[in-house]
Amino acid sequence: MDAELLPDDAVVDLQAEFEASQVDEVMAKLDRELVGLKPVKTRIREIAALLLVDRLRRKFGISADTPTLHMNFTGNPGTGKTTVALRMAEILHRLGYVREGHVVSVTRDDLVGQYVGHTAPKTREVIKRAMGGVLFIDEAYYLYKPENERDYGQESIEILLQCMETNRDDLVVILAGYKDKMDRFFLSNPGMRSRIAHHIDFPDYRPDELESIAELMLAEQNYRLSPSAAGALSEYIPLRMSLPHFSNARSIRNALDRARLRQANRLFSQRGRHLTRLDLITIEEADIRGSRIFVEGKLEGEPEKLELA
Amino acid sequence: MMTNPGNKVTQGQFSFLPDLTDTQISAQIKYALKNHWAVSVEYTDDPHPRNTYWEMYGNPMFDLKDPAGILMEINNCRKAMPNMYVRVTAFDSTKGWEAPRMSFIVNRPPSEPGFRLVRQERDGRSQGYSIIPYATDRPEGERS
Repeated sequence: MDAELLPDDAVVDLQAEFEASQVDEVMAKLDRELVGLKPVKTRIREIAALLLVDRLRRKFGISADTPTLHMNFTGNPGTGKTTVALRMAEILHRLGYVREGHVVSVTRDDLVGQYVGHTAPKTREVIKRAMGGVLFIDEAYYLYKPENERDYGQESIEILLQCMETNRDDLVVILAGYKDKMDRFFLSNPGMRSRIAHHIDFPDYRPDELESIAELMLAEQNYRLSPSAAGALSEYIPLRMSLPHFSNARSIRNALDRARLRQANRLFSQRGRHLTRLDLITIEEADIRGSRIFVEGKLEGEPEKLELA
Repeated sequence: MMTNPGNKVTQGQFSFLPDLTDTQISAQIKYALKNHWAVSVEYTDDPHPRNTYWEMYGNPMFDLKDPAGILMEINNCRKAMPNMYVRVTAFDSTKGWEAPRMSFIVNRPPSEPGFRLVRQERDGRSQGYSIIPYATDRPEGERS
């Protein structure tokens, strides 16, 4: 801050600044580990660019208010909202927008108290813990319960609003939730909506994106799909997408977990045989085909018939 | 007092120095947080050196990463108790320590009247000495 200001005719190097911030490293990681999510990545890139340019402007002594970076992530289940929020903290830290770059992840329970006078200290404590980093409020729409007018959620929202305004330099608040519920939440809390500059919508994944996600997930756990299993998986995904309660990457993760179970069971049933390392890491077509979606056309744990009232 | 020209109460760290600025306080707290000590804010109107246990302002703050939250509490406490002593204490819970590792005053009353020396005659012409802060002359609650 006390650094000497540059003269008006000085030249600065945006490229050098960019490289020094090591943001490209995080961005590359983001591109590598997160499949799809085009609008999200674009917005993150824009924010990064703004912060970098801002930093250069400050070198010349051109002042502007620090931009508000409170964000709202909406999207269907399993579209990567939490993952991106965690990554966001790292990016903002690299850019020097937040000082520590840690994430405090909370839900309604952590913010709202149980009796009169309990909520304010509880919310304040969470905010204090998040200072210098990112406060991530998952399922933020639960904070406001219109059906109960004595609900303490409103009090928590008011304290949050105040801190989002006055302690703008100290913390970044990221809300996340399902689109329709968040829209209703903002409708009843217009103050919250206007204090959040970035409303980012997470699109659903396409089948081919889900396939690459599946591969990434398996690689992380040191599994691989045999070529025929990969074929079976690409048949499985559209089938699963057409069934109710499809939650994008999360459903895929569950399906893969079940495939791992079946793989273990298959290996166990061939006990007489000696196994190689390849056997242990390969998921075969049969492990995918064993899914009840292929066998019975419905999900595990799904009721026999959906009763309509 | 000749040795203490400002007539300031000297307790804890940095008390012979001019009052710390907020930036300096932040830097000290940052050091405490770096060592994972729990920082708390305390206040009192009785500056007697044997008055060890001050009132706590709010709860001790655990798991903080950044001094901004504590500075916010300090400023709240200063606003609520402008005429009292406010100090910041950093407690180390590591086994074997379990004690405050840092403690320094961050707010003082506008005037610090100092201490009265009381002499007591004892058996065999021996003399006992004690000190009483002028600040506690009036009963608690009526001190400004």
